[in-house]
Amino acid sequence: MLLSHQIKRKTRCFCPIREVIMSIMLRHILKRNSNSYIGRLASASASGRLFSWRRRRRTFCSEPQRESIQYDVVIVGAGPAGLSAAIRFKQLCRENDTDLSVCVVEKGAEVGAHIISGNVFEPRALDELIPQWRQEESPITVPVSSDKFLLLTKNHAFSLPCPFNNRGNYVISLSQLVRWMGVKAEELGVEIYPGFAASEILYDSNDTVVGIRTNDMGISKDGSKKENFQPGIELKGRVTLLAEGCRGSLSEKIMDKYNLREKGHAQHQTYALGIKEVWEIDERKHKPGAVIHTLGWPLDQKTYGGSFLYHMKDRQISIGFVVALNYQNPFLSPYEEFQKLKHHPAIKPLLEGGTVLQYGARTLNEGGFQSIPYPAFPGGAVIGCSAGFLNVPKIKGTHTAMKSGMLAAEASFGVLHKGSSMEKYWDALRSSWIWEELYRARNFRPAFEYGLIPGLAISALEHYIMKGRAALTLKHGKPDNEATNVAEFHCPIKYPKPDGVLSFDIPTSLHRSNTNHEHDQPAHLRLKDPKKPELVNLPVYAGPESRYCPARVYEYNPDETGQLKLQINAQNCLHCKACDIKDPKQNIQWTAPEGGGGPGYSIM
Amino acid sequence: MKIMVAIKRVVDYAVKIRVKSDKSGVETQNVKMSMNPFCEIALEEALRIKESGLASEVVAVTMGMKQSVDTLRTGLAMGADRAIHVETSGQLYPLSVAKLLRALVELEKPGLLILGKQAIDDDCNQTGQMVAGLLNWPQGTFASKVVLDKEKQVVTVDREVDGGLETLCLDLPAVITTDLRLNQPRYATLPNIMKAKSKVIKKFTPQDLNVEIKSDIEEVQVTEPPKRKAGVIVSSVDELIDKLKNEARVI
Repeated sequence: MLLSHQIKRKTRCFCPIREVIMSIMLRHILKRNSNSYIGRLASASASGRLFSWRRRRRTFCSEPQRESIQYDVVIVGAGPAGLSAAIRFKQLCRENDTDLSVCVVEKGAEVGAHIISGNVFEPRALDELIPQWRQEESPITVPVSSDKFLLLTKNHAFSLPCPFNNRGNYVISLSQLVRWMGVKAEELGVEIYPGFAASEILYDSNDTVVGIRTNDMGISKDGSKKENFQPGIELKGRVTLLAEGCRGSLSEKIMDKYNLREKGHAQHQTYALGIKEVWEIDERKHKPGAVIHTLGWPLDQKTYGGSFLYHMKDRQISIGFVVALNYQNPFLSPYEEFQKLKHHPAIKPLLEGGTVLQYGARTLNEGGFQSIPYPAFPGGAVIGCSAGFLNVPKIKGTHTAMKSGMLAAEASFGVLHKGSSMEKYWDALRSSWIWEELYRARNFRPAFEYGLIPGLAISALEHYIMKGRAALTLKHGKPDNEATNVAEFHCPIKYPKPDGVLSFDIPTSLHRSNTNHEHDQPAHLRLKDPKKPELVNLPVYAGPESRYCPARVYEYNPDETGQLKLQINAQNCLHCKACDIKDPKQNIQWTAPEGGGGPGYSIM
Repeated sequence: MKIMVAIKRVVDYAVKIRVKSDKSGVETQNVKMSMNPFCEIALEEALRIKESGLASEVVAVTMGMKQSVDTLRTGLAMGADRAIHVETSGQLYPLSVAKLLRALVELEKPGLLILGKQAIDDDCNQTGQMVAGLLNWPQGTFASKVVLDKEKQVVTVDREVDGGLETLCLDLPAVITTDLRLNQPRYATLPNIMKAKSKVIKKFTPQDLNVEIKSDIEEVQVTEPPKRKAGVIVSSVDELIDKLKNEARVI
């Protein structure tokens, strides 16, 4: 229940009419009462010494009045990390007989709408968070029943020894799990507000983070206010946790501002783009719990990536393709490679006769141990994939994201209840199983810098013999955006036309993602230099954004003079952040659009 | 004067729907639901009339299962003063909804009943007209402009009809159904959503209102429309006529 004193109104802005009336009144009082007490008061106020509202005249009248709501903890993002933090925090409140308020804002239209993942779930963190989850009708019902690892060539599939140990794990839809977690969080008293995008961080005079501000809603494409304009709200928190997922827009700003990567002696983060479809297949071909991973075709030896195929329940399967974003060929299209994969003789028979239910895409972290930044900043912390705890060789990041959320909640509770500092979060991380697990997994992904076969060889060495005990830590190569070669060293790739049965064009797939945005709003994809696409991206790199974007947001179309010009179809955006990562000159900046827009995943 | 707005919880307009494998209906499990867009427009119009001082209270009502309450909360967050939920189970057809609305109107006695012109899940476009008939009230459907005159107790409605725009003057109390171009609904702000969470929603059952829910319609089967065949580019008018005559057999 929100108490009225918690909703504070901002100070009024300077109003000229009020000033004029007051000064006339004061002059009148002064004339008649110059020696009396009232006269002296009037004189004092006329000179500006008394009424403090005169000092407030510096605010600009055009800034909309923003309401400010105070919470103890504000969490940005209702994903596995954000909700785990919220749940753990409320559990600690109960254990300590206290009640502190937690608010979670989520840019998706509902909890789970922007959640997409493979997903083979390791319940390690959930066992710690909600030990009784098995008795609580959770959407975790399909245990892994088989595990295959294939090396694909154009026409064949070779079975490799399976490096994963998925015993005790489950095949799930992470979107469903997050919805369930949202219900659990609300039962504990967490306030979750979907449909609101956090667009800015709020700082106090000491440069400490004091909360976030949500987007203004109802601004039209040209920047003017529409009739349903609503200014954003300030959500102030004594602790602010950023759980925006991979390449979170606010998290990146915070990490730059406080130099969190340097502080944690971390390398840059490296990423991959995952594109996924959920299919409903023939009953006879469906084996719940079957897990298949592939490497090799259609990617070449220099490009890291592979596919996954997981059988869920109700005849549904998740099939997806992950391409590391440090690929060199600017003509590569991860989406088209995925469409090619589905025609492989080892995969095609499974999909024939089936229908696609949903489509989506999202980038994921591959930096692992070497890229973990110092996660705490004055006023809060970065948790989950925004910091980057994905275990690449295991291909799992949910359990570590959840655990990082729980540890951050414990540190935040210490800050609010016992007056300790957020630094405890860093210490807790380093003594937890996240650290140990990521340390052991640290050399697998960097090994592939040397190519597919050396990578496999080094990985096998790591997995079977060294088990993470090697003295050295391999380093990542160039940042993903710098790894793109100039177009003249490569030939355009001719991708086959989609057949409409197994492979599809982007607009058809996009329709299945239920993505939409209010069309009359400023494009949320900002170009730092609007001329760069035509001056650099197109001539030097052949416009790679028109190929890696899985939503066809970026298109080069000829204008009236025949010159190719960049067109940004922001309405299509899947919020995957690939453009923010891969743009060669880092010219494209992803910002949060009006809350409620974006994809509508329900079974991803 | 009170205004009653009827709203419906439907599958969100951006969701790609699919038919259930047993063809009994559209898949609504795990699918995003929200307020019918035309109902949002109806509620917005009611709120604007209230804000201009011509009405004292806006009451949002909905019929449906327990989860319909979420849509009422959105309505409260947009600015409705009170909300009423008539809890029903199973499929509800327009005539049953109209009968329930009649019972609620007789209870609440509003001066104006505003609804969306149709729901985007069934596209029936019947409830507003039926309830006007049951109440014997004048109706202004497909409204693209609504002007209330409190003194004369009339409402002037511009209707979007096939031939253009028709202007009607209705005596109050009246039923209005809203069309797309009437207004742009407001966003529910975060503080209002927070306050709406704790507002009380009055609950009724059809038995409380003395309405018997029975239906003369039974949905037998739902199938997807046939897949569109690829077009063919013809090279001359003669070939077109030949194809129309011999292949499509339409001339």
